Amino acid sequence: MKYQTQKIAYAYFLVAMILFAVQVSMGLILGWIYVSPNFLSEILPFNVGRMLHTNSLIVWLLLGFFGAAYYLVPEEAEREIHSPKLAYLQLLILIVGTAGVVVTYLFNLFDGNFLLGNEGREFIEQPRWVKVGIVVAALIFLYNVTMTVLAGKKTAITNILLLGLWLLSLLFLFAFYNPANLALDKQYWWFIVHLWVEATWELVMASILAFLMLKLTGVDREVIEKWLYVIVATALFSGILGTGHHYYWIGMPGYWQWIGSIFSTLEVVPFFGMMAFAFVMVWKGRRDHPNKAALLWALGCATLAFFGAGVWGFLHTLHGVNYYTHGTQITAAHGHLAFFGAYVALNLAIITYAFPILKGRDPYNQVLNMASFWLMAGGMVFMTFTLTFAGTVQTHLQRVNGEFYMDVQDQLWVFYVMRFGSGVAVVLGALLFIYAVLAPRREVIEPGPVITTAAE
Amino acid sequence: MSRTPTEPPARGIEALPGDLMMWVLIVSELLVFGAGLLAFMGVRLTDPAGFAEAQSHLDRTGAGLNTMILVTSGWLAARAVAAAESADTARTRALLAGAAALGVAFLWIKWLDYAAKGAAGITFETHPFFTFYYLLTGFHAVHVVAGIVILGLVAIRPRAPTVEVGAMFWHMVDLVWVLLFPIIYLLGAGA
Repeated sequence: MKYQTQKIAYAYFLVAMILFAVQVSMGLILGWIYVSPNFLSEILPFNVGRMLHTNSLIVWLLLGFFGAAYYLVPEEAEREIHSPKLAYLQLLILIVGTAGVVVTYLFNLFDGNFLLGNEGREFIEQPRWVKVGIVVAALIFLYNVTMTVLAGKKTAITNILLLGLWLLSLLFLFAFYNPANLALDKQYWWFIVHLWVEATWELVMASILAFLMLKLTGVDREVIEKWLYVIVATALFSGILGTGHHYYWIGMPGYWQWIGSIFSTLEVVPFFGMMAFAFVMVWKGRRDHPNKAALLWALGCATLAFFGAGVWGFLHTLHGVNYYTHGTQITAAHGHLAFFGAYVALNLAIITYAFPILKGRDPYNQVLNMASFWLMAGGMVFMTFTLTFAGTVQTHLQRVNGEFYMDVQDQLWVFYVMRFGSGVAVVLGALLFIYAVLAPRREVIEPGPVITTAAE
Repeated sequence: MSRTPTEPPARGIEALPGDLMMWVLIVSELLVFGAGLLAFMGVRLTDPAGFAEAQSHLDRTGAGLNTMILVTSGWLAARAVAAAESADTARTRALLAGAAALGVAFLWIKWLDYAAKGAAGITFETHPFFTFYYLLTGFHAVHVVAGIVILGLVAIRPRAPTVEVGAMFWHMVDLVWVLLFPIIYLLGAGA
């Protein structure tokens, strides 16, 4: 650890991992509700559980991004974070807000209250006071990190990271605009949801991936920056108008079907670019970095993001296909692998890279961590396949044959059982990961034999 | 990227003239317009008679004139690059201004075309043909506007590399129109 304030990242990553555990545990409960629909129906209705599953995901991913920024900005800008106090205050606000959301929803407090009641809009359900808190926290963060970068060295990695974080914060302001017209509501809602995960978050992802590649492979910064710019350009080019693929059936004009189909198809390009980037850098790189687990997560992230976000996204993005598959388990399959591959694996990669350094245990052989990768990635891929098969059957029975929704759900039962099994693997993997980065102390690698003659 | 004479000649993407990012943009644009035209031709297969009827409402003369205007404008932009390479600032600016002025002429004729369509009550929703017509030519017109702005920007301090990048964008706009014009306006006409 070159800079003392990088330590801020430790607190962020820690809270992120706690919420990660909450998120996957909630996922497991929801998976069981699919198998046995009356499970906990009185105490934890499905909609509340689902809100906790998705919102804790988003919050912990954002905490991970903030942590990653606090970790890599000092190294890139070559100076300490402007104000560590503000950074911890920001974290505190986010924790209080998150707790507020959970309590408000679990007990349905202040129902209908303008300031304190829930807003009931998927993903941006937070009560208004929490939304204000999120904006304040974001402003603190942007001020803190921007001041650090302005005073220090500006690199392509920090520029792209800041661009992504600034834009995603500004887009969140649409959470305060809630038109009564449901079509308009959805139109603006996607400005947050889509333009986060399919535009601005991709900038964050590309820059963190670039930082990891720089550190892990030792390839020249100039080469990495060229890749980074191309990836970011294709992400914004395709992602912004790609929003159109959410406008097919919500009452927007019909031309969105073509704009959405064409641009969102091109969204595969930046994800392919990131995968190609990661592998080419590793092949080109001469550095044999001891943190093999971080490299595994970084490569796994780029690969699974390409398949989850890219391929599984394309699978149902053309409006002629989406007409049949919209809102089936195909969407769930895509959502799970895309979020896991692109953003969960990315956060776990930077955590895996940073933790040994933050804890002063470098170099470090993280065998348990690598096992957790295979457990989680394996579970997630299996889940994606079962949900894809479930979605295919569902599309045919429900949308082609016209059977009733619940009758079709009965016939999907076997897939939901298998999905639950894969969920168990993911939860075990997540717990193993958290244990692996926090607990073991003596897992230091033995130095290999020193080779004095040139290899032929 | 300046290279000293001792370095070997550039290969692969390093050998591309102009800026790499502009090539990324050009390829992306061609993919978008190419996909749009393919979709247009695909949908036309489902209703050849309806598409032919809709196409008969288009102003082929205006579009043909616009083709000549845009190609001439592209030629002026290419001359501007040559002038910038011989460091003739006044001539570069004059040629860029000429290219941009023809771009404005293109937009004016296009605007008359849209106005006539609007007056005839033809909208996005009239027929799938017109959905594509407005989408593709509209997207293209937006790129003409962007191109005029870019030509103006590179004319402020016209160095050869920046003028080249601006001209590359302008040629892409030109190329896209040369693809749109025959496929939307001419193909199948008179059949």
